[in-house]
Amino acid sequence: MSATKNPHRLEISHFAVAVTAFALASVLAVLQALVRADVAVPMKSESLYYISVTAHGVLMALVFTTFFIMGLGYCFARATVGLEWTRVAWVSFWIALAGTLMTTASILSGKSTVLYTFYPPLQAHWTFYVGATLLVVGSWGFCAVMIRSYLAWRRSHRAEPVPLAMHGMLATVAIWLLATAGLAVEMLTMLIPWSLGMIERVDPAIARTWFWWFGHPLTYFWLVPAYVVWYTVLPKHAGGRLFSDKLTRVVFMMFILFSTPVGFHHQFSDPGISSSWKLLHTLTTYAILFPSFVTAFTVTASLEVAGRMKGKKGLFDWIGALPWRDPLFSSVVLAMLTFGIGGFGGAINAAYAMNTMVHNTAWIQGHFHLTVGTAVALTFMGVTYWLLPRVLGRELRFAPLAAVQPYLWFFGMMLFSIPSHIVGLMGMPRRIYTAELFGSPVARTWQPFSTASAVGGVILFVSAMLYIVVVAATALWGRRVNGQTIEFSEPLEGAPEYGLWDRFAIWATLAVVLIVLAYAVPISHLYMMERFPSLPQMPF
Amino acid sequence: MKVHVYERAWLWAAAVMIAGFLGAVVFSAVVHAVQPPSHMETVDPEKIFEHPDFSNPRVESRDDGSTLVVGVAQMFSFSPDPITVKAGKPVTFRLTSTDVIHGFQVVGTNVNATVIPGYVTQQTVTFSKRGEYLVVCNEYCGLAHHIMQAKVVVE
Repeated sequence: MSATKNPHRLEISHFAVAVTAFALASVLAVLQALVRADVAVPMKSESLYYISVTAHGVLMALVFTTFFIMGLGYCFARATVGLEWTRVAWVSFWIALAGTLMTTASILSGKSTVLYTFYPPLQAHWTFYVGATLLVVGSWGFCAVMIRSYLAWRRSHRAEPVPLAMHGMLATVAIWLLATAGLAVEMLTMLIPWSLGMIERVDPAIARTWFWWFGHPLTYFWLVPAYVVWYTVLPKHAGGRLFSDKLTRVVFMMFILFSTPVGFHHQFSDPGISSSWKLLHTLTTYAILFPSFVTAFTVTASLEVAGRMKGKKGLFDWIGALPWRDPLFSSVVLAMLTFGIGGFGGAINAAYAMNTMVHNTAWIQGHFHLTVGTAVALTFMGVTYWLLPRVLGRELRFAPLAAVQPYLWFFGMMLFSIPSHIVGLMGMPRRIYTAELFGSPVARTWQPFSTASAVGGVILFVSAMLYIVVVAATALWGRRVNGQTIEFSEPLEGAPEYGLWDRFAIWATLAVVLIVLAYAVPISHLYMMERFPSLPQMPF
Repeated sequence: MKVHVYERAWLWAAAVMIAGFLGAVVFSAVVHAVQPPSHMETVDPEKIFEHPDFSNPRVESRDDGSTLVVGVAQMFSFSPDPITVKAGKPVTFRLTSTDVIHGFQVVGTNVNATVIPGYVTQQTVTFSKRGEYLVVCNEYCGLAHHIMQAKVVVE
């Protein structure tokens, strides 16, 4: 570091934690894939396998994503409306980091092998729950900083639409606050007092319900920041314009509205929730497909604009004019393509009756590696390549590796996920140490698919390591450059106007109303039944 | 709100597609009564072995030709095992767990249910094809989760 402090230290610290978690989780991932392909991995055991599955899930889905999103949020807030309360942001960072270390240590000690869904009555050590809760508390600090920065800007910009990148980040914040309310109930009234011995029993069906109140909007907490990049960074970067500013705002607000009242589509096969409420959550789940369909059009149209602005006139020749060697561009386009496949898979998961064919099978792991594991994670990797020179003031090292890495990730992920989808339909469960099942003839037909997935896993690991090498080399030895700024896409037609789609309070209030409608009755049914909660179980 | 004509067409197409998906879901749920297991009944997991019904896991043939299967899942087995039922006749599974959450997935069929301690999972199905079916636990339940299995024999 030079004598003057880097103004982006806050963001850089968040990205550093995210990338470290990603690196560790990648190593675990490739070992798991090899174990599933019956390769003699050193120290192979059931216990280490399930510890690894727990750690991989927590580090990737909760730590990598949350820290990356916080870093990106601060970065975009600074670039659009200015960042307030940086002291709160730093305190929140340390709280989240302390929580992360606590939970990670708890998992690696072998006392918390409960997987990242931590369904009771499986009971982890209390440090697992307290650490995870601290991570969330830290993220609430992030939310407070984002809201405060927005309000401070709003005071001097009364009737202006908030810049679109900040608009999307505020939608992310709203989704996260609605989502984590459910997790807070589960942690504070059930799991933490139970793990400390203050209460003896918890009800597993109620815990699952609060968990999935949180669990589905969690996926939009991951996805919406990726969408922010697709809408506000990609068109500019590709040399084009954003096709429609206004529809983008509609999309972000729709995510606030529909991301939470959908949790029962994760609990279709659960007892204790009546089928009519499950059907209702199916309707809201399908509503949330709509903003993604809009996104597919708007972002693709914006790229066509980029090609046309380079002088292309034909039906498809604009595609060739796009910057396919640029790692941000290729990452995001491959992420979008993958989300197309993963999105339709998601529509199948949510399909009330069809869900029975895929529930808890390998299909599910295939599905979320396409969605969070590629649509989100690959976008974040691409963003890293774009942001590093801008926040570190250093040129990307090993740029040719960065150009190849997204394609390698895409190819590896297809090889991992497509066989997972197929073998899931053939009945193979997810999260199993081995699918041998005492030589069952059906189980034998699954093995070639696990082997193909393992090859995909090795390719993904190579891709992940290329990413780590580029990031680390850039941070340590990148040539110093100045003047690279963070710039956002201009809309194709005219400047946006302030209106209904900037009124966060209205949409968040409507979202709360929908959540109450979707959850109040079935949750009170559960609490009012004669119930027999469970004692802790630790079969690990 | 001004929306480009192509985009307007796409929005309508997307809305029609989603309405089609939903129509199919609601049609199968209402007309064909294809619904996930959603039974509302509780049972004390610590007193399963004194329970009038679950203390005796069994396959029971009823007079109307249907079959009742009363089953218990616990680390790391299902009972009864094997479960022998008749093809072409309704089979009602009533399942619960004594310890943690388990899955009950009859591979190659539509039976895929979550078994939660304290609750009774109930699902009625008709197996059309004779043969031996593998049952797997598909919810992580501990270090031997992957060996937890049973057999359904359809005669």
